[in-house]
Amino acid sequence: MQTKLHPALIAIASLIFLILIAPLFIILGAAVSDTPFLTFPPQGFTLKWFSNIFQIEAFRTTAITSLQIAFLGTFLALLIGIPAAYALNRFKIRLPSWLSNVFVLPILVPEIVLGFSLMKNITIGLQLPVYTTLLLGHTLLVLPYAVRVVGASLASFDFSIEEAAISLGCPPLKTFLTVVLPNISAGVVAAFILAFITSINDVSISLFLTGPGVSTLPIQILAHMEQFFDPTIASVSVLLMLLTVGVMAIVEATLGLTFLTK
Amino acid sequence: MVKRLSPWLLAGPATLLVLIFLIFPVGSTLFATLTDAKGWLAPYMAFFNSSLRRTVLMRTIEISLITTVISVVLGFIAAYVVAHMPGRLKSIMIIAAVFPLLTGVVVRSFAWLILLGKNGILNSALLSLGLIAEPFSMLYTKGAVIAAMVYLFVPLMILTLAGVLEGIPRDVVEAASSLGAKPFAVFRQVILPLAMPGLIIGAVLVFTGSFTSYATPQLLGGERQMMMGTFLYQRAMVTFDWTGASTVAAIMVVVTIAIVVLMTRLARRMNPMAA
Repeated sequence: MQTKLHPALIAIASLIFLILIAPLFIILGAAVSDTPFLTFPPQGFTLKWFSNIFQIEAFRTTAITSLQIAFLGTFLALLIGIPAAYALNRFKIRLPSWLSNVFVLPILVPEIVLGFSLMKNITIGLQLPVYTTLLLGHTLLVLPYAVRVVGASLASFDFSIEEAAISLGCPPLKTFLTVVLPNISAGVVAAFILAFITSINDVSISLFLTGPGVSTLPIQILAHMEQFFDPTIASVSVLLMLLTVGVMAIVEATLGLTFLTK
Repeated sequence: MVKRLSPWLLAGPATLLVLIFLIFPVGSTLFATLTDAKGWLAPYMAFFNSSLRRTVLMRTIEISLITTVISVVLGFIAAYVVAHMPGRLKSIMIIAAVFPLLTGVVVRSFAWLILLGKNGILNSALLSLGLIAEPFSMLYTKGAVIAAMVYLFVPLMILTLAGVLEGIPRDVVEAASSLGAKPFAVFRQVILPLAMPGLIIGAVLVFTGSFTSYATPQLLGGERQMMMGTFLYQRAMVTFDWTGASTVAAIMVVVTIAIVVLMTRLARRMNPMAA
C-alpha cells in the first residue's frame, strides 16, 4: 500500500483512538471520586469504593461464580472442541461437509435467543439446575473458539509427523499429547484466552440463566446499577479493566497482540 | 471398525452438545411460534398487528443500520491509518483498539452512562463553557444508544479491516498510481474493491451485534428506546408472555441468519482476488 497519508486522515484516526480510550479513564476517575454519586471529573480522592465492593456479599459470590463458570466452561469447550477440531482437519474426507457448519451455529444464533431458549426448554423444560444450564450455555458460547481457533492451528500442522510417530509404534493418544498438542499450543492458548474473556464478560446468555442464588458478575453489576447509582460500580469496572490488562499482557507475552488482527 | 468410527468418536461430544443444548432448545422455541390457540402463525399476526411491536422492530433496524454505517466509516479510516503506520505506532493503535474490545459490554456501556449523565462530563463541559444554563438529560435517547453502540463496535471494525487493508499487495497500489491514477481514484477503484469482502463481513458483525444487543439499549435507552433484545427480556421476564417472547426470538434468528447468509454470499462474489 502507499505509505503517504493525508494529515487530516491521521488527525481523524488519532481522535477515534482517543475517544476509544477516554471513556475508560472516565470510569477510573469516577471510581476514586470522594462523592456518594457518580461524577467526573473526580472530586477528592478515595479508595473507599474499592473496599466497598468487598463489603457487598453479592459482588463476592457472583465474582466467584463468574470465574468458576468461565474456567469450567472454557475447559469443557476445549476438552470436546479440540478433538472435534482435530477430527475435522484430520479426517476431512471421512466426515460430512456440513459437520463443520454445526460449530458455526453458536455464533449465528443470537446469544439472547440461546439464553431464553435454554431457560425455557432446559432449566424449566428438562428441570436441570440453574448452575448446570448456565455452565452449558457458556460452554456453547465459547465452543466456536475452541473448534475454530484450534482448527486454524491444525490446518497448518503437517500430519505426516504424526504418522511417523505412529508408524514408529507410539500409541495414538500419546502421539497426540506429545507430538500434535505441542505444535498447536499457540492456538490452544489463544482459544483459551478468547473464550475466558468472552465468558466472563457475557450478559446476554447469563441474563436468563441466572436465578436465586446463582448469578454472574455482569448481571449483578446491572442489577446493582438499577438500585444504587454509586461509584462502587465504577470501582468494580476498574477491577474488570485490570483483568483485561492482565489478559492483554498474557496475549502479548505468548502470541503477540497482532495475532488479533489476523 | 474402531478406525472407521474414530472421526465420529472425536467429533461426537461437541456435536451432541450443540445438538442437544442449542438446536433442540432453539428449535423448539421457534417451533412454538408457528401456532397458538388462535391458529397458524397467529403469534406473528399478533406481532405485526401491534403498532408498539412494529415500532420496536423498526427502531431496532434503524438504530442497527445507523450504527453500522457510522462504525464502517470510522473503522475504515482508523484501520487505513493503522495499516500505514510504522511498527511501534501501529502496536499502540492496536492496543487502543483491543483494550476496549476485551473490556466487557457492561463496563463500556456504563462509561457512556457517566459521560452522558446529568452530572456527566459532557454536561459539566457544556455548563462551564456557558453553552447551556442547566444540565439536560441526554440519556434514554436514540442518540445515546447509537453513540454507545458505535463505541462498542468500532474496535471490532478496526481489527477486522486492519488485517484486510494490510493484506492488499503494495505493488497493485503502486502500479495504479504509477499508471497515473489520482489518490482518490486509487482508493475508489483499487483499495475499496479489494477491501469490500472484509468491509461486508465487518458490517454484518456490527449489524447483527446491534440488532440482538441487550445491555447497551437497556442501560442507555431504557423503556423509551426499547429494542428487540430488551423487548424479548421484558416479554419473557416481566409480563411472562412466552409466546410473545418466542416470536421476538424467532424474528431475531430469521433476520440474523438471513443477513449473514446473504452478505457472506455477496462478499464471496465481490472478492476480486478469488476470480
